[in-house]
Amino acid sequence: MTAAGAGTGASADSAGAHLTAFTGGKHAAHRHHILSVLVENKAGVLARVAGLFSRRGFNIYSLAVAPTDEDEHFSRITIVVDVESAPLEQIIMQLDKLINVVSIGELSPAEAVERELVLATVAAGPTERSQVIQLVGVFGGEVINVGTDRLTVMLAGRPEKIDDFEGLLEQYHVVELQRTGRVALPKLERH
Amino acid sequence: MKMTGAQALIKSLEMQGVDVMFGLPGGAILPVYDPIIDSSIRHILVRHEQGAGHMAEGYAMVTGKPGVAMVTSGPGATNIVTPLANAYMDSTPLIVVSGQVATPAIGTDAFQECDITGVTMGITKHNWLIKEVDDIPRVVAAAFHVATTGRPGPVLIDLPKDISNQTMEWYWPSSVDELDLPGYHPVTFGDPVLVGRAAELIAGAQRPVLYVGGGVLKARAAEALRALAERTGIPVVTTLMARGAFPDSHPQALGMPGMHGHYTAVTAMQRSDLLINLGARFDDRVTGKISAFAPEAKVIHVDIDPAELGKVRKPDVGIAGDCRQVIGELLLAMDARDGDGPIVGDLEPWWRQIHEWQERFPLYYAEADGGAIKPQNVVEQLRDAAPEDTIVVAGVGQHQMWASQYWNFEHPYTWVNSGGAGTMGFAVPACIGAKVGRPERTVWAIDGDGCFQMTAQELVTASAEQIPVKIAILNNAYLGMVRQWQEMFYEERYSEVYLSPDLPDYVKWAEAMGCVGIRAESPEDVGPAIDKANSIDDRPVVVDFRTDAFEKVFPMVAAGASNDDIVVHPDQAVAR
Repeated sequence: MTAAGAGTGASADSAGAHLTAFTGGKHAAHRHHILSVLVENKAGVLARVAGLFSRRGFNIYSLAVAPTDEDEHFSRITIVVDVESAPLEQIIMQLDKLINVVSIGELSPAEAVERELVLATVAAGPTERSQVIQLVGVFGGEVINVGTDRLTVMLAGRPEKIDDFEGLLEQYHVVELQRTGRVALPKLERH
Repeated sequence: MKMTGAQALIKSLEMQGVDVMFGLPGGAILPVYDPIIDSSIRHILVRHEQGAGHMAEGYAMVTGKPGVAMVTSGPGATNIVTPLANAYMDSTPLIVVSGQVATPAIGTDAFQECDITGVTMGITKHNWLIKEVDDIPRVVAAAFHVATTGRPGPVLIDLPKDISNQTMEWYWPSSVDELDLPGYHPVTFGDPVLVGRAAELIAGAQRPVLYVGGGVLKARAAEALRALAERTGIPVVTTLMARGAFPDSHPQALGMPGMHGHYTAVTAMQRSDLLINLGARFDDRVTGKISAFAPEAKVIHVDIDPAELGKVRKPDVGIAGDCRQVIGELLLAMDARDGDGPIVGDLEPWWRQIHEWQERFPLYYAEADGGAIKPQNVVEQLRDAAPEDTIVVAGVGQHQMWASQYWNFEHPYTWVNSGGAGTMGFAVPACIGAKVGRPERTVWAIDGDGCFQMTAQELVTASAEQIPVKIAILNNAYLGMVRQWQEMFYEERYSEVYLSPDLPDYVKWAEAMGCVGIRAESPEDVGPAIDKANSIDDRPVVVDFRTDAFEKVFPMVAAGASNDDIVVHPDQAVAR
């Protein structure tokens, strides 16, 4: 996922870094861990995972699911957990007891690359439209749908950057906004 | 060989070595009941599906084999939810097969439809909704594998009616690899490095206690435990789920710990410097207030379920593994220590202290001063008149605690009760299942009057199937444990706990169900009533013991209190 659309020339990540200081980033302080859970792609597996969290009193912060392989035998569930609700080790051990859970990878934010995507529909008349488009451009987002008095925009990036973007969008009239929850993979080693 | 899904299901159960199952038919499971007529499997027709589940549990607990129950969809399936929850809490291998409405009807709120895999997701080790007829043998084999390996537990197979009626080519999976369980890899052997560290901790301990839980019985590790105990001389406590894992007559046995445990067992754990937890789970009924539990103790925790290690109390050495394997490894590690000093500290002062507690605070109840039968005395007389290998089954409440306290358990798998879930009504069906599993043994259920009324109808099943169990009702005309709490903690404000001693008339009720009914109203009736019950072996017997309604279970640690604040019988409190 790259934010390729608006073509402003500004680096998306550096814009995000700059603006973090400005908005504070509402989730930045949240103590979280990312679990990358490989599961059998069978009916009811998501309910088993979600049910385990609920009955053991663990909190899910966000969750994303998709098949991982072409023949769709397995899915990857990326769960951001609130580690204040229970010790991470206990959450992992209980998850591992689910028969359909094949493996669990634990990623601390420092050791992972994380991305998230947001779609937002903004009411923007002729005067505001160019401002919104400019804002999207600064962040390296994309305008993906245009109506007579509304725009739907998209941005993919680090979750903190999405927070900042969302914060700045709020000065306009946001009709609808949908975030995907984050997905993550381990950082690669450099030699 | 072509066959229907229903035939494949029964054949799969036969392939798993099932010789008996407990169940009750209905619409959605009808196709599966037809091939039962031609099967080698004995089917026991229950009067309520809850009975089928608890019978299968009782069978499993005494035989070590998984218990099998079969029910129909909807209410048939929901009626067996309690046994599934019970088996989940006590790690009992239980296989439930439920009928389901035909696949096109699933999700339409069809007659007797219930999403039973959804309902039981949190109280089964795993469950399956079969959607392809070809999956039946594989799923049955997987269900038995999951239920009986690792930490045992209940599983449910939901079988839609149209799948039962479809035709398939028979096969049987030849290995675990064919069961399609890519995420299931139970551990057995303990990590040798950790076992070595455990041996070191034991070598340094001055006040160690072997804290033995149900996992020792599940692992068939009673002999290994005895070897470890005798090798080290360490005192042994057996939790409610582990009664029988170590002989009560053994000089190192301290009895049961916990809320109503032996004073010495509770206090030895509190003062211990090393708890060696073998297959127990620091249940709140054992630990009391967890922050005050065994404050000076280091902890070695052995459990086949890695999630138990650190769930409640963080161990100094946590070993994921099967208790029998790990005890074996531990004994080898002790052999290897030869020359590195003794395998355990000097336990002489510790035993002196323990013996002092045992002398000062033995189990105690006040002898009857009038006409009342003391419930503890009934248990003692039952015990003294019964063969040593008698299987004892209890429901939940005061009678359960007295049975656990006053029976002498000398052999593993002679004690069947509902520990974790605390399921009232467990005893009658569970004792029937136990007797089916061990027909050569005497099986006594020690039940309460409240419990008995919940599932007594299964004595009709026992009579019809000629299963000669014996039921002792400690009839104190109250929901006794709740009454005790209201007396002690609610200023004797008794709210909704009175049941009446003679409504129902237990003797007539027993007779109406094809049993022999006996009543004991005063202390001199107790012995003859037991003798008469023991002389009958061709039908179930129910003895209605009219016991002292005011008797309470002691010792007691109040809920949420520290085990330091154990309350002994008032007569003993003076001595303290």
